[in-house]
Amino acid sequence: RFVGSLGTVIIKCKDLRIIQLDIPGMEECLNIASSIEALSTLDSVTLMYPFFYRPMFEIIEDGWRSFLPDQEFELLSSVTDEWRLSCINKEFSVCPSYPPVVIVPKSIDDEALRKVAMFRHGSRFPVLSYYHKKNGMVMMRSSQPLTGTNGRRCKEDEKLINATLRPGKRGYIIDTRSLNVAQQARAKGGGFEQEAHYPQWRRIHKCIERFNILQESLIKLVEACNDQSHNMDRWLSKLEASNWLTHIKEILTAACLAAQCIDREGASVLVHGTEGTDSTLQVTSLAQIILDPRCRTIRGFESLVVREWLQAGHPFQQRCAQSAYSNSKQKWEAPVFLLFLDCVWQILRQFPCSFEFNEQFLIMLFEHAYASQFGTFLGNNENERFKLKLPQKTMSLWSWVNTSEELSKFQNPLFEANSLVIWPSVAPQSLQLWEGVFLRWNRPSKFLDEAHEEMISIIKYNKELQAKVNALRRQLAEMETDDRMQENL
Amino acid sequence: VENVRLLDRLSSRKAALGTLYLTATHVIFVENGSETRKETWVLHSQISSIEKQATTASGCPLLIRCKNFQVIQLVIPQERDCHDVYISLIRLARPVKYEELYCFSFNPKLDKEEREQGWKLVDLNEEYNRMGIPNNYWQISNVNRDYGVCDSYPTELYVPKSATAHIIVGSSKFRSRRRFPALSYYCKDNNASICRSSQPLSGFSARCLEDEQMLQAIRKANPGSDFLYVVDTRPKLNAMANRAAGKGYENEDNYSNIKFQFIGIENIHVMRNSLQKMLEVCELKSPSMSDFLWGLENSGWLKHIKAIMDAGIFIAKAVAEEGVSVLVHCSDGWDRTAQVCSVASLILDPYYRTMKGFMVLIEKDWVSFGHKFNHRYGNLDGDPKEISPVIDQFIECVWQLMEQFPCAFEFNERFLIHIQHHVYSCQFGNFLCNSQKERRELKIQERTYSLWDHLWKNRADYLNPLYRSDHSQTQGTLRPQMAPCNFLYKFWSGMYNRFEKGLHPRQSVTDYLMAVKEETQQLEEELEVLGERLVNLQKLQLNDNKVKSTQQDRSKQLGLSSSNNSLANTPQEYSNDLKSFPSRSPSQGDEEDSALILTQDNLKSSDPDLSANSDQESGVEDLSCRSPSGGGCLPSEDSGKDSDEAVFPAV
Repeated sequence: RFVGSLGTVIIKCKDLRIIQLDIPGMEECLNIASSIEALSTLDSVTLMYPFFYRPMFEIIEDGWRSFLPDQEFELLSSVTDEWRLSCINKEFSVCPSYPPVVIVPKSIDDEALRKVAMFRHGSRFPVLSYYHKKNGMVMMRSSQPLTGTNGRRCKEDEKLINATLRPGKRGYIIDTRSLNVAQQARAKGGGFEQEAHYPQWRRIHKCIERFNILQESLIKLVEACNDQSHNMDRWLSKLEASNWLTHIKEILTAACLAAQCIDREGASVLVHGTEGTDSTLQVTSLAQIILDPRCRTIRGFESLVVREWLQAGHPFQQRCAQSAYSNSKQKWEAPVFLLFLDCVWQILRQFPCSFEFNEQFLIMLFEHAYASQFGTFLGNNENERFKLKLPQKTMSLWSWVNTSEELSKFQNPLFEANSLVIWPSVAPQSLQLWEGVFLRWNRPSKFLDEAHEEMISIIKYNKELQAKVNALRRQLAEMETDDRMQENL
Repeated sequence: VENVRLLDRLSSRKAALGTLYLTATHVIFVENGSETRKETWVLHSQISSIEKQATTASGCPLLIRCKNFQVIQLVIPQERDCHDVYISLIRLARPVKYEELYCFSFNPKLDKEEREQGWKLVDLNEEYNRMGIPNNYWQISNVNRDYGVCDSYPTELYVPKSATAHIIVGSSKFRSRRRFPALSYYCKDNNASICRSSQPLSGFSARCLEDEQMLQAIRKANPGSDFLYVVDTRPKLNAMANRAAGKGYENEDNYSNIKFQFIGIENIHVMRNSLQKMLEVCELKSPSMSDFLWGLENSGWLKHIKAIMDAGIFIAKAVAEEGVSVLVHCSDGWDRTAQVCSVASLILDPYYRTMKGFMVLIEKDWVSFGHKFNHRYGNLDGDPKEISPVIDQFIECVWQLMEQFPCAFEFNERFLIHIQHHVYSCQFGNFLCNSQKERRELKIQERTYSLWDHLWKNRADYLNPLYRSDHSQTQGTLRPQMAPCNFLYKFWSGMYNRFEKGLHPRQSVTDYLMAVKEETQQLEEELEVLGERLVNLQKLQLNDNKVKSTQQDRSKQLGLSSSNNSLANTPQEYSNDLKSFPSRSPSQGDEEDSALILTQDNLKSSDPDLSANSDQESGVEDLSCRSPSGGGCLPSEDSGKDSDEAVFPAV
């Protein structure tokens, strides 16, 4: 992550910043370089900063307990009784990457779930991701079924996902791989749901890239952004060649499709790719942002990240290890979560008044996913976090973010609750490079920041006036009634 | 013609059935749906091309492309009708006489005096006075009275005091089309100036003493500096090629104390083709990200925009930071020179970033200095090779600056878009003809109306809510970033995909903030009224016991006045919640819900083209006819997911 030469240390950070330190003295320079090198590539998780970090703020709320599955289920059971909380994974014994409790259809018992788990990649059996209150349709997620080349089937699996359908209704399975890739997966024991065995479901393939393709895309994009040449053509072709915006478009399109199936077609949806830990989560979480106004609030979004990313077992430690400047090819590294945040930013840009949080909030999450003093994004799933005793030994990011002082930095002054479904445009003309992340260190943001401040002060002044007018009005009303009373006397 | 279908470009499923009318000035399409009766109006002068496509089973398709980047696809059932429409439109879209243009029949119901007042809104003499001239160095020259020296220049020009009529006339003979160096902008803080001209007729070795004296005079008018920049905005190769035709550029050896500089902005033909290529990209049906970016790069459009910006920034820096005067020219000095001088002025002087100042700037650098509006924008039928988006590029440069300096401009994006629209609309007389001389001959000011007056009257719609005259961005020279800055120039979908509302952000920060500010103002007023009432009431209560007899009268009065106020300000509702403010609700193009409908009305009324023309029938009707929020807006269209339909057949 750094290149040292003749008294110069260049530190390339995970948040894409590049710092150059000129240090007099060859030897000192080398020492510093090797120390930084050693300290930034620690092998053991338990030696990392979150385990030593002592917060300087007053903890009002323990973030580790802010978003518990029970609360989520309580909300759900107030609108429907077709689902139940299953503790089948209590000791992480059925599925190592799932949380201890999951929400499944009421009619399916734990025994059946165990069988379904055997039939799904990594035992990630279909669980509830989202319930659409408006029409009672649901979104589930899972991993690929293990049909293999000989077309294995699992009656319990069929029964489980059929349990989410209303009589006579059909559902959609969104496979985040192309048909080709899905077919190839059969050779390795994976596969997809065959029409014959799932007659009530229509399968749609959407191609979302994964792993090293995404990582290379990120590396190319960051390279293009750091290019100092004055050539307009090179900039555009490099931006194009990185394919970053193509990935954004693909992911958003798949999410819009899922949302469309639920809201417009009135159908339930099952989303999966191969493992169900990456593109699947991008689709399910973005679809919820489109559909559910709650996910566009700060707390709701935090809850979404906890549910759909942390508890759902997105392997943060593997995916967000080195960021864009890594020299060594990390096999598991991929900016899946960053792509998700970028997609959220695209929607935010198109609906600037519908989100309670601002761009800074998303940037903050990006930074903490890659490097943080908090334990929230450590580990690859709940199981690992449990073993590391993170809730006991580290601070939760949410404990810090949800202090009122921090919250005020992340609030969008333009926010006005919007209870509608928001349909973003995915046309190329509507998608833009997320400058706040990718050009953050290369362009002066002073004038844009000033504009933001101006915006805040306009709205603040308006609110102050409103309060004043209201107070005066109340005072006047009181005086007038007093008056009238006196008159009556 | 009846039973015509208007196709939606984004989704082929949604076509509107209606009737097509051709009037003397407009193409009008009225939808059959009885409740909505949505209408699409297109001015003939906006039509840039009409294409009749191969007849299909459903009828004969007709594609109309407009100069304001609207694209209309019609299907006419009968081949014969289609042919008639096609032939008529070709004739109507290419008038041969100025008198046929819309501005000669357009009547906004203003009386003569109002019209004259309208034309007086922008006064260039006032503007030169504002710059601080005439002064010790600069004076007005009447050498071009009656257009005797140069027929494409205005009658009143500012030149250095030391430049005699003899020098001016001599210099003019050594310049293309006699466009001699004249003042465009003067910086009174340091005496540096921007002058403009056409190329010198230097060929390979010709010189002209008077021209050399002219440049000397310009340099001396800035005593603080010992040299003068001469900026040739053409690529060096083009300028050298011109030498063979007896034209060319200044030789540094012949002119004392000049620094000569090429800035490679391409000519009008390259720009025309570039725009054409970019529009093809904009018209693609559900393009992939790569198609779009590749096409955008291939068009070279943003590269050209950057070249113009670079030139403007160079000149602004020379004037503001070095205090050196600059002479700018290209070939004839009416296209690139106009672009570059106006961009530089805009960067230098905050006045031009106000609404009024921007009108003055266009009037000064474009209209008065003989930018050939008629030829460039094809108002009358003419040589298609003369057409080029020169002012469009300038307008885009302003937008690019607005993106970088969100608080620096008094006006918003809509202002720019409407000016672009009217450059082509021929609804107002401002941009008619190729020069001041032609406009005077046609008596434009007596026979047509001024756009500036129209925009000024609707200025509330064009305000940038983030603008504050005491903000740091509104002071002094702007300092755009130089390097690395490629990513600063972005595709302007608000302009080039203007009619594809579905592509744009669904909630406008500008409109939202404008509504907030409007409400703030009303709150301020109400606060004052309430404050007065409070004081009165307190007085009353004090006096209560003493003057009981008069009390009843006075409270009656008070009651009356307060109700008057409530009528004027409607303050009763908006204090507790904001629902009474339609524009406050940041609605979206989504569902038929009340917030949405309100916003649409709001947008409608805020579009001057529409509001001003609702009775004159001259509008562009862009918002209501193409808005994705118009009624049956399905998510499939919103998300631009035509490509999905293949895998997602109707259920």
